[in-house]
Formats: sequence, C-alpha cells, structure tokens
Amino acid sequence: MQTAIETQNLSKTFKSGFLLKETQALSDLNLTVASGGIFGFLGPNGAGKTTTIKLLTGLIRATSGEGKILGKPIQDVSVRTRLGFLPERPYFYEYLTGLEFLHFCGELHGMNKTDRIQKIESLLELVQMKGLETRQLRRYSKGMLQRIGLAQALINDPEIVILDEPMSGLDPVGRKEVRDIMLLLKEMGKTVFFSTHILSDAELICDQVAILIQGKLKNQGKLETLLNPKVTSIDVCLQNVTEQQIGALDFVSTPVKVYEHTLLLSLENEGKLSRLMDWVHQESGKIVSITPRKETLEDMFMEEFNAVKA
Amino acid sequence: MKAIRAIAMNTFKEAIRNKILYSLIFFAFVMMLVSLFLDQATVGQRNKIIKDMGLGSINLFGAIIAIIVGINLVYQEIEKRTIYPLLAKPVRRVQFLFGKYLGIVLTLFVETVLMSCFLLLLVFVYEGRIDFYLTVSLLTIFIELTVVSAVAIFFSSFSSPFLSGMFTFAIFIIGHLTPYLKQFGRDSGNAFFEQAATFFYYVLPDLERFNFKAEAVYHLPIEPEKVILTVLYGLLYVSTLMVLSTLSFERRDFK
Repeated sequence: MQTAIETQNLSKTFKSGFLLKETQALSDLNLTVASGGIFGFLGPNGAGKTTTIKLLTGLIRATSGEGKILGKPIQDVSVRTRLGFLPERPYFYEYLTGLEFLHFCGELHGMNKTDRIQKIESLLELVQMKGLETRQLRRYSKGMLQRIGLAQALINDPEIVILDEPMSGLDPVGRKEVRDIMLLLKEMGKTVFFSTHILSDAELICDQVAILIQGKLKNQGKLETLLNPKVTSIDVCLQNVTEQQIGALDFVSTPVKVYEHTLLLSLENEGKLSRLMDWVHQESGKIVSITPRKETLEDMFMEEFNAVKA
Repeated sequence: MKAIRAIAMNTFKEAIRNKILYSLIFFAFVMMLVSLFLDQATVGQRNKIIKDMGLGSINLFGAIIAIIVGINLVYQEIEKRTIYPLLAKPVRRVQFLFGKYLGIVLTLFVETVLMSCFLLLLVFVYEGRIDFYLTVSLLTIFIELTVVSAVAIFFSSFSSPFLSGMFTFAIFIIGHLTPYLKQFGRDSGNAFFEQAATFFYYVLPDLERFNFKAEAVYHLPIEPEKVILTVLYGLLYVSTLMVLSTLSFERRDFK
C-alpha cells in the first residue's frame, strides 16, 4: 500500500523572546500514514499536533529531519496540488462571500472558471451550504465557517485531506456532520489525516491513530490492534442488596459505588459474574444491568499520558 | 502566474471594500477643495495654488494609503491566519508576496486615477481646459507610491504593523530629504558622519526624484529622459525591495 504521509526524525524547535529561548515543540517524529482511510492524530493541547500539521503543509520549516507527502518532500510546492488543508479555528477573508472565497481557492489551484463552477456546486451540496454561498463570510456562524473551510480544502479534489481539530468548537450536530463528511471522503478513497483531542470522535471513525504527547510519538497503529479486543471488566448494577453484604463477598475486590437504592460494582471476569449472579439469586436481590467493558481509546490514551507524567 | 493574479485581485477586492480607503480619498478631495478658498492670500495665483495643493494632497494621502494598505494587508493575513490555507495550496511564498504587492499597486493606481480626475476637473472648471502638463507629475507621484508600498511590504515581511508603519512613514519623510543628507554630512566636518550620511544617501530611496510638481504647476520644461530615468529608478528600487522582502518572507515561520 502506498504511503500518504511519512516523517523521519521530524523535529521543530521554536525560539522566542528577547533571549531567543528555545522550546522543543516536536522531537524525532517518525510517522507513517498509509493511503486511504481515516488517520487520527491524537494528543492533549500543546502536544505538537498543530506544529506537525504546519510542518506538513509548509507553514513552518523543520529544524531537523524530513517529511514526505505522497513520496515527495514536504517543501515541494507541487505536492500541494494533491493536498487539501483545513486549519484549526479557520478564519477566512470576511469581506468575501462564500462563493467568492471558493472561486479564489479554485483559482489558486489553477482551475478554470467552468471547472470551478461545477466543483463549487457539488461541494456546496456536500457541506450543506447551498443557498448560503452569497452571504459574506463575516455573517457565517462557526459551524458554517467550518463547512466552507472543508469545501475549500476539497476544491482541488485532493488525495490527502489534512484537518486540524475539525470538530473543535462545534455542537454535537456540527460534529456529526463533519464526521459524516470524513467518512464520505474515506469512501471516495481519500486519505483523511485529522488532529483532535476529542477521543470519542476519533474512536468512532478512525482506522488508524497516533498518539503524541509532549512533542513525542507514543503509539501508532490500527485501532483494532492497539486496543485490547477482550473484555477487560464487567460492570454490574444491583438492587435489593446492601453495600455491607457485597463487601463481605470474597470474590468482589473492587469498591462498590452506591446511588440511592442501586449498587454499582465492577468484576474482572465472567467466572466472578456467574458467582455473583448465583449469590444475588439466593439473597432475592435484583440485577438491573450487566455491561461488559472493552479497552477504549481513552483508556489507552490516559495510560500513555500517565506514563509520560510519571 | 494565475496564482499571482488571483492573490492580486483578492487583495484589490479587500482594499476597496475597506472604509478607511474612502475616508482618506474623501480627505484628499476636501484638501483640494480648500485650495479654492485660498485665493485671497494669493492674488492672481489661484490656479497655481489649486494645482500645487492638489498634487501635494494626492502625494500625501496616496502615501498614507500606500503605508496603511501595504502594512495591513500583509500583516492581517498572518495575524488572522488567512494565509494558512493559502500557503498550503500550490502557491509559493514569492507568488503570495508579489500577488499582494500587485494588488496594492492596483489599488493605488485606481486611487491615484480617481484623485487625479478630481484635480483635473477642478482645474478644468477654473481654467476651462484640461492641463495635461500635470499628468507627468501625477505619473511620478504614482511611481513614488509604488516605492512607498514596497517599503511597507518589506518592513511588514518581518516586523509588527506598528513598527512597520513608523519605519515606512519615517522613510517617506527622510526619502524627501535625502538630497540634503549628503550635503549635511559634508558640512558636518566629521569623517564618520560624512560616511554614514553618504551610506544612507545611497541606501534610502530618493523620493525627491519623483517630485515634478514645480515643473507641472509652472509649466517649466521637462526632459523626457529625466522622467524615464525616474521611472526606471523607481522600478529598480521596488525590485530590490521585493527581492529582500521575499528573502525574509521565505524564512518566516507562521506560528
């Protein structure tokens, strides 16, 4: 499979202030993003996600190391004809209308007027902005700006789409719309590389993820191989039994949480569940729910994050 | 080339949709109209006053517009991050900068033509004929404005808008005094000061070269070679500044 994005020891140090104090924003990033599918670039705020994206899109220069997009060096301007980019919290020319802005972006890609008109028409449908394109961008809401931003990123029908925090600041409806567009782009065979710190969004749509913490890559791979597919614990909700009764059971090692008349406890395996069910039956208690839990992206993320902190 | 044209046209659109531009043009018109009421102080010289003040207003307000537009339009792209999606497209930084510059030059051209038409109309109302002699001075004023805007772009390629504005305005003032700079150094009697003055004389733009106001107002003879050399000087100065701006802009990180 062709590699969409590849970096080797990519590093960036910023110098700031009068004394040019150095801050290492990214160290020795070795990232491989395969073509096709959705790649989630995860990390807490300040992890270096935006720095990486700016390096990939040529907005900043690497201090050392190198990066390639579709086999070409990131400094090569020609590769950007096959790239689409939506920056974080996009801010576009507010004096332009959405339509003028999209035409301008198409012109920058060297598209002729006929092609632009056709492409803009289909993009407005895709991002559900039909009928709103003649409004000035200053009159757009945050969600509308994000959608027109997505449209400009797709104007050249790119093979790779890089989105920096595309869901940030959006309401649940807006987030779902952006997720749906990303899934559609995947169906169209494009590679979507997006950064986020909203793990639930990433878990829903990503094929692969990479976790970046304090400028260093901590983990990278397919979600199904990174996350433990086995059941790690079973949450059980009980009624008509007391906390003291449960506490006396030798096979329940985790603390019991009490919510009014309901007890919530977590068991490590199915053997313990079966023993608990027998006991509840004996005591004439009531099982309200049984929820098996698998490792989530959040569990893995927190594990990596705590390891770095420690 | 398509990218440069698209950026230039977008810059022009941005400039002409800015209310500050119209306020400055309005003030220039007011200044020209004020000259109509200065005839009491200058008996028999009214037409000269109208022309002199008119050319002066076009020059001064044109320079203010060149500085404000030149600095704002580059700085805002960076500050408001509108440059991010642009540079992620197949657009070289040099194309971006030239596109911006050409958009600003186009704005200055339209603004100069507008103010020039107003001045020629005033003179026509007063003299009953169009004074084409003024056009030479109007042309050189326009070339001067292209130099001033290139200075503005140069400073804003690496500095904040406030500092860029101060530096460019200072250069606009000093640029009109450079002929005196060399003389001043020579008269000082200090070798170091003389060398420094000579250095600045050659480095800073000699904006007085573009001043053909007296010739235009008093219909003095103008040598075509002098006008051609002045235009070439302007173009050379702009080219040098654009090369320097590009070098600085190429190295810049958009944090």
